[in-house]
Amino acid sequence: MELKRKDLLDIKGLDQEEIQLILDTAESFKEVTGREIKKVPTLRGKTVVNLFFEPSTRTRTSFEIAAKRLSADVINFSVSGSSVSKGETLLDTARNIEAMRADFIIIRHPASGAPHILARNLRSSVINAGDGLHEHPTQALLDMFTIRERKGKIEGLTVAIIGDIAHSRVARSNIYGLTRMGARVRVAGPPALIPAEVETLGVSVFYDMEEALSGADVIMVLRIQLERQGKNYFPTLREFARLYCLTQERAGHAKGDAMIMHPGPVNRGIEISPEVADGLSSVILEQVTNGVAVRMAVLYLLSGSGEI
Amino acid sequence: MSEKVIMDPLGIGRALSRISHEIIERNKGTEGLVLVGIRTCGIHLARRISEKIKEIEKSEVPVGILDITLYRDDLLTKKGHPAVRKTDIPFDLVGTVVVLVDDVLYTGRTIRAAMDELMDFGRPAMIQLAVLIDRGHRELPIRADYVGKGVPTSKTAVIKVLLSEEGTEDRVILRED
Amino acid sequence: MNLLIKNGRIVDPVNHVDQVADLLIADGKVRQIAQEIPVTPDAEAIDATGQWVVPGLIDVHTHLREPGFEYKETIRTGTMAAAAGGFTTICCMPNTKPVNDSQAVTEFILRKAATEGMVNVLPVGAITKGCQGEEITEMGDLREAGCIAVSDDGRPVMNSAVMRRAMEYASMFHLPVISHCEDTNLAEEGVMNEGRVSTELGLRGIPNASEDVMAARDIELAALTNAHLHIAHVSTQGSVELIRRAKEEGIRVTAETCPHYLVLTDEAVTGYNTNTKIKPPLRTLKDVEAVRKGLREGVIDVIATDHAPHAQVEKEMEFDSAPFGITGLETAVAIALQLVDEGVLTVNEMVLKMSGKPAKLLNIDRGHLSVGAVADITVIDPRATWVVDPPQLKSRGKNTPFEGWKMKGRVTHTIVGGKVVYKG
Ligand SMILES: [Zn+2]
Ligand SMILES: [Zn+2]
Repeated sequence: MELKRKDLLDIKGLDQEEIQLILDTAESFKEVTGREIKKVPTLRGKTVVNLFFEPSTRTRTSFEIAAKRLSADVINFSVSGSSVSKGETLLDTARNIEAMRADFIIIRHPASGAPHILARNLRSSVINAGDGLHEHPTQALLDMFTIRERKGKIEGLTVAIIGDIAHSRVARSNIYGLTRMGARVRVAGPPALIPAEVETLGVSVFYDMEEALSGADVIMVLRIQLERQGKNYFPTLREFARLYCLTQERAGHAKGDAMIMHPGPVNRGIEISPEVADGLSSVILEQVTNGVAVRMAVLYLLSGSGEI
Repeated sequence: MSEKVIMDPLGIGRALSRISHEIIERNKGTEGLVLVGIRTCGIHLARRISEKIKEIEKSEVPVGILDITLYRDDLLTKKGHPAVRKTDIPFDLVGTVVVLVDDVLYTGRTIRAAMDELMDFGRPAMIQLAVLIDRGHRELPIRADYVGKGVPTSKTAVIKVLLSEEGTEDRVILRED
Repeated sequence: MNLLIKNGRIVDPVNHVDQVADLLIADGKVRQIAQEIPVTPDAEAIDATGQWVVPGLIDVHTHLREPGFEYKETIRTGTMAAAAGGFTTICCMPNTKPVNDSQAVTEFILRKAATEGMVNVLPVGAITKGCQGEEITEMGDLREAGCIAVSDDGRPVMNSAVMRRAMEYASMFHLPVISHCEDTNLAEEGVMNEGRVSTELGLRGIPNASEDVMAARDIELAALTNAHLHIAHVSTQGSVELIRRAKEEGIRVTAETCPHYLVLTDEAVTGYNTNTKIKPPLRTLKDVEAVRKGLREGVIDVIATDHAPHAQVEKEMEFDSAPFGITGLETAVAIALQLVDEGVLTVNEMVLKMSGKPAKLLNIDRGHLSVGAVADITVIDPRATWVVDPPQLKSRGKNTPFEGWKMKGRVTHTIVGGKVVYKG
């Protein structure tokens, strides 16, 4: 079985077998990342371009390490602010990069659908590293990988996703992926942070956090963007934290062996308390480690799509 | 198209016994010796050899597993990638004598990839090669130290090694067009 | 040179005419409708066998972009597109640069239209200066200069008191007030309809309520002021119901919808095609059905295009950054015919909603084929099939959501004042 696609734009378009393949492949790459020499020659001579229109040291570094461990050359383009203000469109920028013979373009962009513009117009493989409020597919893959590694399976688990669902691409990708893999997904947050008709994606909606956590196998806490304050999604961060901060006591409503996840960076004391973030059930650092293996798997599998 | 069995269970067993004896003899015992099987058949063969050596010498020779996919030289030229499975080398390679084990030696490219991968795990004192079948047509300057059976073949022929670990009877089949 | 249109199906709903006959045009006027009018040497003959001969179509909602945005469209290219789409009269919205909020701009548009335009152009003046929503314009002057209505299309008047005064004042000059109903606070930074699809695509949503609350407000203000309120581009079930009730209560309200709200839902946005980004946004099937029903039942009086051309580079942007608006002059007839095919409208209703009704709401003597009427006439081949290929559009705006659609029905002749301005 192979991944028959040029680009990885979203989880929504992946079927169960494809997700399975990526996770299985990532398992082999995790072994590689545990070696003394963590580098294999697989993508020697290939060029990977990180095209980041939003600052994100984490995701960029993770992709960079993944590409380098596959022996690819990595070039980082950070575009601060909007390219439009410089009179250059996204497509112009991308065509320029492709003219430099990039095999992969990894794009992070504040506008939903920006990677799709590239994918439609370029021959390079495009990997979505987070677009607007839409998706962050590799994050969901590494989350699923981490869950599967810990719990031995995804099917049948109850996963509670807590916080700003509406503005979270991590939430969307995980909702698509987890439901496709047979998990029961709950989302919880104040009504203004729950996107319209989200039930149609196969999740159940809770406003009460404790109810949402009750009996959960996995708790996924989302980062709350501090800028959301003052837009009346909720009155203050203080009250948000009072209602939705994952504390030790609240975590007790989930199953005893529930694992706690967060895509990072963490706002300690706002969406998650420091004891929980650093506690035994927290897999936050494992998520980071697994991120590299999953991204290596994605690069490897896409390079075999025969399109590049 | 013709198909014929060129090794039966007894033949395979005898060949592996002989290879095991040769390994012990050449290395004057099992001191510092490790076996590394190349996925998938090589693993089974390495484990069998380890068993036989244990019967003869009463000492344990550890077995590692090598998946050479990521080191293949045809990855970027071929459409569609083979599945990557785990490599498992549960011992330190530095200073050891590694006997690489594979089922069929053909162009030598698999062995080239395997040696590159091994080197990335550490610097062995020596690498030797054991194969069940040597069918010729080398494309690289590589030869086996231990050979179960040399089989002259045409380039279009197909050799299949079937082993009981995979749920079939032990057999080596040669298929010619 | 006279024109003789032979053997077409003459559909003139205002005069209750629907028959196969010949139509003779002389001196720019309809001279005679009869069987077998003989061909004379002083008349050019058009064979309209199997085709429909209808009053020239009137679009009450067009953006011509000139002055100020000539790279998107000009009066020349916009009226060429209108002619190709079968429109003989179009009303151009005031959101140009400068905004059409003064006699000078109105006169500029009319002068340009007279020299370069292919069809009749009727300017719509602004409700407030600069469409800023604060001070009302000199509507007396605008009327005198040639404006036939007022509107702050694209930038709705959010202050209810300003809207009230504007309606009161406009009614004095019998100017319809065309309202783009949108509560911009509710719409926020939305770029598409709020619902399942916006959630899936991760695009910010615009709820139906943003249209409905403003429709409700403007209807109440129309009741208060007795002004003629015309609600532009109706897209929601809610506003259809509000308009229905207002009409039942005798409030002076008319309404338009556009072809795209009749055949497209927010599903079309999937894939982030910026040529589906418009305001109001494409809604859900439930809304499309309600708008169709409203159109059939007469709650919605008129089909307008809201032709809003943009340059390709502007639409090649990220969905969030691309401007709102799609072109529509050249696809409207085919989409309207699709509705006829699907049984939503009869041929007569379709023609009425694209000629007679718009003329009536604008108070102009057009939209019928009475003997002596100005010979603005559109000839349509209802069976001609074609595929929408943006580069072939006459408009500078290639931003159509119908790219690649197989259409049935095409304009073969557009005649303005007795002159053929377009031949398909
Ligand atoms: Zn409007
Ligand atoms: Zn408009």
